[in-house]
Amino acid sequence: MSDARSQVPFSRAQFEERLFGVLRWVVIAFLAVITLAPFYYMVLLSVKPIDALLLDPGRLWVSTKEFTLSTYEEVLKPTSEGGQGFLDMLYNSALASVGAVVLTMLAAIPGSYAVSRLRFFGGRHVSALFLAVYLFPATLLAVPLFVMFARMGLQGSLVGLAIVYIAQTVPVSIYMMKNYFVTIPFSIEESAALDGCSRLQIIRKVVLPLAAPSLMATGLYIFMIAWNEFLFALLFLAATPESWTVSLGLQQLANGVEVSKTVLMAGSVVLTIPVVVLFLAAERLLTEGLTSGADKS
Amino acid sequence: MTHSTTRETDGAPQPAGRPEADAAGDGRDGGRPGGTAPRGRRGPLTAARRENRAGLAFVTPTLVVVGVVVVLPILWTVLLAFQDARLVDIQGMGLLGNWTLDNFGAVFGSPGFWSSLWTTLLYTVGATAGSILLGLIAALALREPFRGRGLLRGSMLLPYVAPVVAVAFVWEIALSPQFGVINEWGAELLGWDDPVAFLSTRSYEVALFGLHFEIPLALLTVVAFETWRYFPFAFLFLLARLQAVPDGLEEAAKVDGAAPTQRFRHVLLPQLMPVIALLCVLRFIMTFNKFDDIYLLTGGGSGTDVVAVRVYEFLTARFDVGAAAAQALVLAVVLMVLLGLYFAFFGKKVQEES
Repeated sequence: MSDARSQVPFSRAQFEERLFGVLRWVVIAFLAVITLAPFYYMVLLSVKPIDALLLDPGRLWVSTKEFTLSTYEEVLKPTSEGGQGFLDMLYNSALASVGAVVLTMLAAIPGSYAVSRLRFFGGRHVSALFLAVYLFPATLLAVPLFVMFARMGLQGSLVGLAIVYIAQTVPVSIYMMKNYFVTIPFSIEESAALDGCSRLQIIRKVVLPLAAPSLMATGLYIFMIAWNEFLFALLFLAATPESWTVSLGLQQLANGVEVSKTVLMAGSVVLTIPVVVLFLAAERLLTEGLTSGADKS
Repeated sequence: MTHSTTRETDGAPQPAGRPEADAAGDGRDGGRPGGTAPRGRRGPLTAARRENRAGLAFVTPTLVVVGVVVVLPILWTVLLAFQDARLVDIQGMGLLGNWTLDNFGAVFGSPGFWSSLWTTLLYTVGATAGSILLGLIAALALREPFRGRGLLRGSMLLPYVAPVVAVAFVWEIALSPQFGVINEWGAELLGWDDPVAFLSTRSYEVALFGLHFEIPLALLTVVAFETWRYFPFAFLFLLARLQAVPDGLEEAAKVDGAAPTQRFRHVLLPQLMPVIALLCVLRFIMTFNKFDDIYLLTGGGSGTDVVAVRVYEFLTARFDVGAAAAQALVLAVVLMVLLGLYFAFFGKKVQEES
């Protein structure tokens, strides 16, 4: 036995160990390229004049002579001054997204607390029901909501949009917060109850402060979903340019004939930066909030 | 008995007010058992019943909101699908009436419906498998710490968090036949004769070993986009699970002389399987209903006309609400049938394994 093994100069295990040692770095390099290159490309084109792009599309740098910020100027200037009015759209996007965060949290916190903490009739079914919401395509919701809002005169209003976003974000919010609430020791709540706190006081003064990281993560996630959302913005706001969100504005801009690709990229950067900054600031919080529970299955 | 309590609380006009009173009793639990119960019934407010009430009271607001923004619209879609409804006259139309089955006839009979369903399926399977596979590879590669791992991990989530409109345009420009970097480099480095119109070529002829193949290029491109955008999601979950695998398991296999592929196949994969199964279901559902990505990249042309885009077209181009609703309903039913099949075949297996 041992003879046979020593005769093999290169066992399968050794061979694979080396192979994957090398492959690992190839994969890491590949991943770095595919995730970062598109964003580099986006920023690069946004500071190039359009002629430079058309002249040499393959060049992946920008010379100091060419460097320009006029694309951003065009995108951000209000429409009255011949720009694309993205500043107003940023405001609209922020409004709709913050609205969605507030509304969703208000709707989701009691539900996720109940599902995680209290044993009540139908509790298990309820938490399954919340996830079943995802079985139905957004397009299925889109048709009646479209009609409903047209009827209520909410078409073109950011409030209406924020309300629609609740449907997109409530299930995942409940899932994230529920997973966090169950990790808060029961005994803390019990001692608060002994001290004479009512259930609502326990939630406000004990559970919510303890769950602050999870609430932050959930809020951020909702904000991102709402900020990036496109279908409902397109359906509800397309006819009212003054309430366009950035996502919608950018898509409409791309449909325009006279808009150069570099300006489009500047718009993309403007749309992307707020989300990416938020994400990088709270990366750990978010990734843990999203996957908590996944490591226990 | 539980039933009657439920009804009572469920139908209460102001459920939010109840938990306070209940919980106040909760606080002085031992002191006044049954003190809040005026009637002589034995322990009508036991801790379990109080909890039941509080639970229902807390879950009610959430249920109401979900009901209004999700359940009602879905029910209405079902109604609309059986009605002759156009956007112009829907304002004055009642909720009921104008019943018809024409919408389904229109949906099933419209040219390209079946091929569109097939496209949706191909797209969904391709993107689901692609994103989970790439996510798995990424999770395995980033498992051991190395310099800059945190940085790479953060940047790898960018495709997932970045707005779809922005990244779709970046892809569109990069793949453009006129000024895209991909075609420029392809011509320079790989010697492509003609620029390839990735997003507007229905089928592209490829010669391999003297054989000619037709590949659905535009469809493959959107699958690649979807894979790229969602592999971070799979990566996150798989990495979290991988890091929770006890070291001892792999150490033992290593001592026994198992090669990395064997360790993966027999040690890691069984541990990952439940998460992979969950990801498959989640990604399948999400991708099946996906609208934005394809609409932005190809507008549904060149063999990428998934059903979600068709619903949008019915709704906005023809203002035919009934047909759009019927189409959406058919999509949802197909999805449910597929999921039902999945759980019938694999659900038991997964349960047994875990």
